Amino acid sequence: MFAKRIIPCLDCKDGRVVKGIQFVNLRDAGDPGELAEVYNREGADELVMLDISASREGRATLMDTVTRVARKLFIPLTVGGGVRTLEDARWLLGAGSDKVAINTAAVETPELITELAERFGSQAVVVAIDARRIEKTETGNSKLETRNSKMETRHSVRDDVPVPNFQFPVSGAASAEAAATRWTVLTYGGTRPTGLEAVEWAQRVGKLGAGEILLTSMDADGTQAGFDCELTATISRAVHIPVIASGGAGGPEHFAEVFLRGAADAALAASIFHFETHTIRGLKEYLRERGVPVRI
Amino acid sequence: MIALLDYGAGNVGSVLKAVRYLGFPAQPVSSPELLAGAEKIILPGQGHFGAMMKALAERRLLVTLRKKIAAGTPYLGICLGLQALYESSEEAPGIAGLGLLRGKVRRFQTLPKVPQVGWNQLQLRAHGGLFKDVAEGSFVYYCHSYYGPVIPESVAVTEYGETYAAGVEKGNVWAVQFHPEKSGEVGLRALRNFLEI
Repeated sequence: MFAKRIIPCLDCKDGRVVKGIQFVNLRDAGDPGELAEVYNREGADELVMLDISASREGRATLMDTVTRVARKLFIPLTVGGGVRTLEDARWLLGAGSDKVAINTAAVETPELITELAERFGSQAVVVAIDARRIEKTETGNSKLETRNSKMETRHSVRDDVPVPNFQFPVSGAASAEAAATRWTVLTYGGTRPTGLEAVEWAQRVGKLGAGEILLTSMDADGTQAGFDCELTATISRAVHIPVIASGGAGGPEHFAEVFLRGAADAALAASIFHFETHTIRGLKEYLRERGVPVRI
Repeated sequence: MIALLDYGAGNVGSVLKAVRYLGFPAQPVSSPELLAGAEKIILPGQGHFGAMMKALAERRLLVTLRKKIAAGTPYLGICLGLQALYESSEEAPGIAGLGLLRGKVRRFQTLPKVPQVGWNQLQLRAHGGLFKDVAEGSFVYYCHSYYGPVIPESVAVTEYGETYAAGVEKGNVWAVQFHPEKSGEVGLRALRNFLEI
């Protein structure tokens, strides 16, 4: 039985896990190494670490952090955030990361995907795609320009700053309306529209040599109102490589939805696990009861 | 000395980390001279079947590897290190594998997602050796597009569209298609079983 993967995400800045960490039983709640061990013990299938350090010093600390996290970790580790060159990737993989995630750099220099795949193998290359729904114009045609974002500058491929009462479009079933939905790709932490259409971009990165896609819905991200199942299913069915759904996880039911309706191969979340309201073990038992194949 | 065969593209680092974590001395080896002195050999293969066989040959490692295996040195192949044991692979027509196992490595067909990336279950056919103290149905981490066919030497199989060889044992030659260095406790157990031979 091939399992759907549950992937906790650690947002790190200057060697510390940041954002909403409320673990009570840790000596040092902000230590990535300790948190990684907890998730590993609980049955996480992989770990993703996203560096949101802006400074050069922060980047140097990242190497040390990756080494420490990887030392006792024997499940796959993906590191992302600010990876722009072959050399960045070489450092991270050398420090003990199994995969690197690239986002903005992939859009700006798509050949980097191929270079990384040729040098390190496709299995080491995760392309992160931040996607946002395109509003329909009055004539019913969608347009690629997107509205101005009032969101904070994001440095990572995903973010979990809660947006109170934010309503994202409910992903409907396969209605005619839904079939026409389109998404645009954003870069620089979800702040900059690129004009790229998400499905086309996803197919292209697959052809360029990406091993997996980490897909974040910028509409759902931070809402805790559920993954964007329509986006996830559309992309997942359009490519031959695994798609990791991200953005919007608020409860176990959202994971069940994204696996059963969203055709996700894996699902990633941060705050839902950090707050200890849902353990990975508990989530997996919930999923198993609903017929989702999981590793327990 | 436990030699981790380093032909330039394998995932030597993470396997080395796991072996050392288990308390065994190991070192990456890229010369036939060092390989000749190895007490155990691990081939943590990754990448392209043809490229690996070529790299092993160019570094003059292939001849020594064959001799060592024939002399009874315990060998553990990981991922591509398992596939290398077969006669050939669809990934690289015309390039010979080690030929220690009968058959040809094939590509997954008719599946929505190839490569298989993620955790899948072991169906054990033998309980000693590689899989001593490993429970039936244990999950292990895979990342591959090609697989070795099931043969009499398969001590574990896994199903992903096709049923394929997850683990093989033939005398001193052991191999796993999954990544023991990324498969949590189960993977470490299998690795330890080899290291403790």
